[in-house]
Amino acid sequence: MRIPVLIKRIMLQLLRDKRTMALLFFAPLIVLTLMYFFFNGDNENPQLGVVGGNVQLVAALENASIDVISYNEADRQTIITDELDGLLEVDEGGFQITLENNDPSTSRVLLMQITQAAAMQSGTSAPASIDAEYIYGDAETEFFDVLGPILVGFFVFFFVFLISGIGLLKERVSGTLERLLATPIRRWEIVLAYLIGFGIFAIIQTVIVVFYSIQVLDMVMVGQVWHVIIVNLMLALVALSLGILLSTFASSEFQMVQFIPVVVVPQIFFAGIIPLEGMADWLQNISRIMPLYYAADALKAIMYRGEGLTDVTGNLLALATFAAIFIFLNIIALKRYRKL
Amino acid sequence: MNSSISINKLSKAYGKTEILNQVDLQIAGGEIFGLIGPSGSGKTTLVKMIVGIDSPSSGTVEVLGKRVPNLLLLQDLGYMAQSDALYPELTGKENLSFFASLYKMKKSRLKERIAYAADLVQLTDELGKKVSAYSGGMKRRLSLAIALVHDPKILILDEPTVGIDPELRLSIWSELMLLKREQGKTIIVTTHVMDEAEKCDRIALVREGGILASGTPAELKKVYGAADLEGVFLQAGRGAL
Repeated sequence: MRIPVLIKRIMLQLLRDKRTMALLFFAPLIVLTLMYFFFNGDNENPQLGVVGGNVQLVAALENASIDVISYNEADRQTIITDELDGLLEVDEGGFQITLENNDPSTSRVLLMQITQAAAMQSGTSAPASIDAEYIYGDAETEFFDVLGPILVGFFVFFFVFLISGIGLLKERVSGTLERLLATPIRRWEIVLAYLIGFGIFAIIQTVIVVFYSIQVLDMVMVGQVWHVIIVNLMLALVALSLGILLSTFASSEFQMVQFIPVVVVPQIFFAGIIPLEGMADWLQNISRIMPLYYAADALKAIMYRGEGLTDVTGNLLALATFAAIFIFLNIIALKRYRKL
Repeated sequence: MNSSISINKLSKAYGKTEILNQVDLQIAGGEIFGLIGPSGSGKTTLVKMIVGIDSPSSGTVEVLGKRVPNLLLLQDLGYMAQSDALYPELTGKENLSFFASLYKMKKSRLKERIAYAADLVQLTDELGKKVSAYSGGMKRRLSLAIALVHDPKILILDEPTVGIDPELRLSIWSELMLLKREQGKTIIVTTHVMDEAEKCDRIALVREGGILASGTPAELKKVYGAADLEGVFLQAGRGAL
């Protein structure tokens, strides 16, 4: 009956710490939003080549902050040689648009603006349906779409790692851990209570981050939401047990923060933001010991490619193995205080 | 003498630094035993090893006939650490009931003990406040209440009266005497204040990881021909050199 008591105390302590609560729940959202704008923002006017079309259409396009360049004749090669963002060909049959799509977000905006301009010109409020061709990628490609799943995993990992690590560290530094071990509590009870107490907050955080990413930031989401949550929860468990474990090797909050560049940042590079296929073999092998690599792989499979949990079993198993190892080491590490 | 704590050839070293060297000590049941010595002499390490939260390099500690460390034994030990190990985000009451709940106790008994312990250290009116708002003395008193909340047979108090005003210190000591007299508790106290040492039934003078001398305060004064314990300490120290 000691575990519930300990869980309650851990949660109560965390709930009273408003700043940490804000960090846990809102910081990932703020950073994700920033990243969203950072990768999707584009302030330069798109360059559009136009073949045919009347003066009103060109005026409408220019009103929408598009630099219009008129051609008598143009094809796909023109787009590449003249570094255009897109080409609009107007004839009696309608509009034909070809987009360069080097930067998916520019293409999206451009296509939307052309559609609006065309709709205004034809006098209807409903946008005319326009076919678009793409030189690179397709209509769905957006950098943030590829990056999104990795970022969701990363922020869950990072914030859970930091807060659980510092949570147990505080207990170590203030002497309450030692005091706790002067009661008949067992070492595994402490570790388990910490996992559950912080785990509850990790679950809430994961759910908030996942829903915000999908609903508000409109991150691409082909698979099942609950699959995404399950993968993130496994990752949170790894972060939780690793954070608690590493706090053993830190003697202050400052030293805990020093683990971020050593343990957390390298994980981003191995998580697939930079394609791993092109890397040297030894680098690819290193990625195998990075928990985030497995989580990011699973998240990309579910969110971007629409695969199910059965397709990412291997990744989930890898994460479970990491968590089991870290939890076991945590129980051992507490021996430093009390042999039993 | 029924020995409730028996320490045999206890040594502790961190690397090459020796903290305790071959300490032998017997503490009887139902007495107030004082470990007297300057800071850094090894008192804290010694009491931690009695509790079982630090492990000896060699030698053994037996408490109530059981070899330390022992989880069951911890039910009978009340430990007050030198630094206040409290949760500042929680109220005094939450701290007290958290630690109390870690011991085997019935709900009704738990409530009763919490009220008793809070009353003993005169914190009943302040229990609703967060510990972060407590003064140093209040934290010390709360730590003491936590140490005895589960009604242990043995109380191990590491510098219990540091930062507590003289009046309260006096009342804590009379309370310790009462606990000994009426409930037969064994109490181990570390201190470097000599007038507190006078109040102990028996004392051991600790210096540089060893025990210089032990006995009742009166005995020691007689043996070393000193008027007070401070004199005993100086005499014993010279003899050891």
